[in-house]
Amino acid sequence: MSYFADVAALARKDLRLELRARDTLPAMLLFVLSTLVVFHFALPTGADEVAAQGLLWVALVFTALLGLARAWAPEREGGALEGLVLAPSDRSAIWLGKTAAVFVFLVLIELVALPAFAVFFSPIQAEGVVGVLLANIGICAVGTLLAAMAAASRTRELILPLLFLPLAIPLVVGGVGASVSTDPGRYLLFLGLYDAVFAILCWASFEYVVSE
Amino acid sequence: MLSFWVAPEDADQGISQRIFYFHVPIALTAYACFGWGAWKALRLLWTREERYDLESYVAVHQGTIFGALTLATGSIWAKASWGHWWVWDSNQLVLFLVLFLFYSAYFMLRFSIEEGPRRANVSAVYALFGVALIPVSFFAIRLAEDFIHPTTFTREGPQMTGTMFFAFCVSWLAISLVAYTLYRVELLGKRLDGNLRELREALSGVGLTEPPGAQVPALPGPERGS
Amino acid sequence: MSQADYVVAAYGIVFVTLLVYVAIIAAKLSRLERETGELAELARRRRADG
Repeated sequence: MSYFADVAALARKDLRLELRARDTLPAMLLFVLSTLVVFHFALPTGADEVAAQGLLWVALVFTALLGLARAWAPEREGGALEGLVLAPSDRSAIWLGKTAAVFVFLVLIELVALPAFAVFFSPIQAEGVVGVLLANIGICAVGTLLAAMAAASRTRELILPLLFLPLAIPLVVGGVGASVSTDPGRYLLFLGLYDAVFAILCWASFEYVVSE
Repeated sequence: MLSFWVAPEDADQGISQRIFYFHVPIALTAYACFGWGAWKALRLLWTREERYDLESYVAVHQGTIFGALTLATGSIWAKASWGHWWVWDSNQLVLFLVLFLFYSAYFMLRFSIEEGPRRANVSAVYALFGVALIPVSFFAIRLAEDFIHPTTFTREGPQMTGTMFFAFCVSWLAISLVAYTLYRVELLGKRLDGNLRELREALSGVGLTEPPGAQVPALPGPERGS
Repeated sequence: MSQADYVVAAYGIVFVTLLVYVAIIAAKLSRLERETGELAELARRRRADG
């Protein structure tokens, strides 16, 4: 199963890099906390508790964007992406490894952000947390691929949000629905569907995004 | 045009019902264009033949224009029927808004990448994501109804009698033909452009001077061309 | 605005869009014509030269 060995190696490399550099994670952490505070001031009094749940998702999506913008930075700066692409391993493994690493980053952030949200605003049910995890998969899968596309473009970080947000809308719907609806199962199922469809699409098309 | 004369007025919406006759065909045509663009994109990735890139791009371009028209006509219809320029309740309209944003980003992406196989590949993958997004978004918007607000308006498609349906189909056919024609014309224009550019490079790259009447003559300097 | 005005507006937008499109194509065609003329001139001179 050398494919998964490759994936694991790539993911581990990214985690180790971040552990050493410690630039992206703290920034994302601070960003999400600051955003939550801004939301407190942005919500007028008497605003729904439900509205606050929605804002959590806004915070998560934009924090993820922040992290995704830097996702391919190590490869870009070192010129390593070309090297990886030429390597004998399946190119989709590069995507999978990177996605896994970004997923871990996001979960680490959420370990702080979700409790913070619960303390600042309102508690989150179990379904909400499951929703967050499922949506994470979608965010990381699609985001990593789009970030690779953005890396090929002149405008880089500028274009990533434009590419990402329309695709993130269904995730937000699923996530918010899982948190506030009386029937969260439907939304969780939908999130799973999104993940399945787009993960497969990303996995299959990544090699075209990075090659000539 | 036929819809204006042949179709009888719908009882409850009156004359504004007429907008329906081309708003919906325009929407359907936009979907068709996006689908066509995605198909060409798939062919590009499959066969790596360069021509599919242009065909995919033109199709997406058409789709976006028709999408914008859908939003415009839909908005006018909303104002005429319900008094607001925008109704979040109309699933189709919201879906088109999302798609419009998505495909607008397509152009931003395309124009920020250097011309070449990389750009073609990236555009193709993005176009494929677009068609995957259509059903997924549709379901998302449907699900969102639960907590956005309850739908109080009935669905857009009214019951159509025989003549109305006929007029609708004619309208649909007409708009599809218009879209197809524009697609061919645009494609032709772009290919011509490309060929001419190649010709120009070929002709002037053998040590000839600037073509007459073009830019300010350059310095009589080093040999041009390979 | 009465209902009829809206219908007119809707038709109008579609019509104007198509018109603009045709105008753009016409402009492009005349540019292409000019360019082919230039290239033909170039080719003629080439043939004359050698």
